[in-house]
Amino acid sequence: MSQVFGVDVTTEDIIETLSFFDSWEERYKYIIDLGKELPAIDESLKVDEHLVRGCQSQVWLVPEVEPDHLTFQVDSDAHIVKGLLAVVLAAFNGKSAQSILDFDVENYFNQLDLVRHLSPTRGNGLRAMVQKIKDTAQSIQ
Amino acid sequence: MSFDVEKVRADFPILHQEINGKPLVYLDNGATTQKPEAVIEAISHYYRYDNSNVHRGAHTLSDRSTAAFESARETVRQFLNAQFSEEVIWTKGTTEGINLVAFSWGLSNLKPGDQVLVSEMEHHANIVPWQMVCEKTGAQLQAIPVTEDGDVDLEKYRAMLSDAVKFVSIGHVSNALGTVNPVREIISAAHEIGALTLVDGAQAVAHWAVDVQELDCDFYAFSGHKLYGPTGIGVLYGKRALLNDMTPFMGGGEMIETVSFAKTTYNKLPYKFEPGTPNIAGAIGLATAMNYLNTFDRDDVVAHENDVLGYALKRASEYEGLRLVGRAKHRAGVLSFLIDGTHPHDVGTLLDQQGVAVRTGNHCAMPIMEHYGVPGTVRASFAMYNSRADVDALFAALDKVKMFLL
Repeated sequence: MSQVFGVDVTTEDIIETLSFFDSWEERYKYIIDLGKELPAIDESLKVDEHLVRGCQSQVWLVPEVEPDHLTFQVDSDAHIVKGLLAVVLAAFNGKSAQSILDFDVENYFNQLDLVRHLSPTRGNGLRAMVQKIKDTAQSIQ
Repeated sequence: MSFDVEKVRADFPILHQEINGKPLVYLDNGATTQKPEAVIEAISHYYRYDNSNVHRGAHTLSDRSTAAFESARETVRQFLNAQFSEEVIWTKGTTEGINLVAFSWGLSNLKPGDQVLVSEMEHHANIVPWQMVCEKTGAQLQAIPVTEDGDVDLEKYRAMLSDAVKFVSIGHVSNALGTVNPVREIISAAHEIGALTLVDGAQAVAHWAVDVQELDCDFYAFSGHKLYGPTGIGVLYGKRALLNDMTPFMGGGEMIETVSFAKTTYNKLPYKFEPGTPNIAGAIGLATAMNYLNTFDRDDVVAHENDVLGYALKRASEYEGLRLVGRAKHRAGVLSFLIDGTHPHDVGTLLDQQGVAVRTGNHCAMPIMEHYGVPGTVRASFAMYNSRADVDALFAALDKVKMFLL
């Protein structure tokens, strides 16, 4: 049974682990391994409706709204992006709409020193995914 | 004189730095080239000593900036071997140049049933403006097919040329594949049926001397920043008779002769296509970049670049798991590829960690990516300051990428 991001793996876990590494090799290996922990998303869910478009890689996001929390299934065709999706899920998955809206994602990214990957470029669709998660939370408030 | 790449590298200050603790290996020249010291200095000098608006002021600084600005236009004329300096229109870049022609010429000349041809390997900038204008005029945009190797299919192109075809717009060099298109042949075939032609020269001008009279193209568009010049400046060349017949694309100051609320009359060429205060520093910077290139024997530059690209292609062909995208025989500047079992974005990210700058993705050319059935590629693109050592650094970094991802 793989670990659930946002429940078993928290943002604190990720911040702490990443701060422990000295080399880019270790950091990226860790990010890629995080991505491998994400449960596979059903191929039938990879439809345009769930696609968050980026110029360089594709991201799929499937939100599920429960009475008191939201869960998200995510996937990407790129390993590093998938790992970064896991990093993002650690902040939002299984959380209430209110705590999703309250979460200071900029501060979190800054602490990870991964700002370059999470910067508002058209590159990898990560920012767009965070926005989509926040929009979903907003829509059920 | 033989070409000394180390001497050239010394002219480009940005190259001498470390990225992520590794010496920078800059292989993203298809996106933009770096600037030699001379260009940086010319822009700085302009703002320090000569800055003033052009064609207006009754003072010395304005005379000085106007002289520099118009002399830059003359430099471009010579660079392209255009017949007249008023055939050189300043733009923001290639994209604006193509839009100018598509909207100015296209809106007044295209009608339902007419056809515009572009190739399947075009950059979006040479697809979308034509699509927009075709939608407004009822004309049709048709794609000239590309062969499996990545060449324009000339036989199919010739078969497409009917009386309905009014315009052919074609890239000189594909930014996604590196194919050098036989534009001379494409242009003369288009002229035989009375169609006009535009060449998107964004990826060509840095590599060899372009002669618009020899090509006989009706329009030629390129960007300064892919030619060792600054961003935000580009050139549209057009044959004088055609430009004279065209109506302005944008209105404003500078492009008018007289204005009243009843009627405005337009300024003469080239000013009628240059509304507003132009990018004066950009024009001066671009002319300086051209002068810099002209200090070399351009044939020596071509020979050096062919050597580096040829070496990269040889290493690529021997590299396990590497799949080249685009195998055109005549090519310039670009090595587009995939590594089996990896995603281009992952490869690009891990190359960057090792100081190697490449571009990944669809290169703003989605139709040709679709043609090859790939989501995108890794693109290493070369300039005159790249060397065989840069190629070796790329492949050494790829070895490490493979260890990570496979």
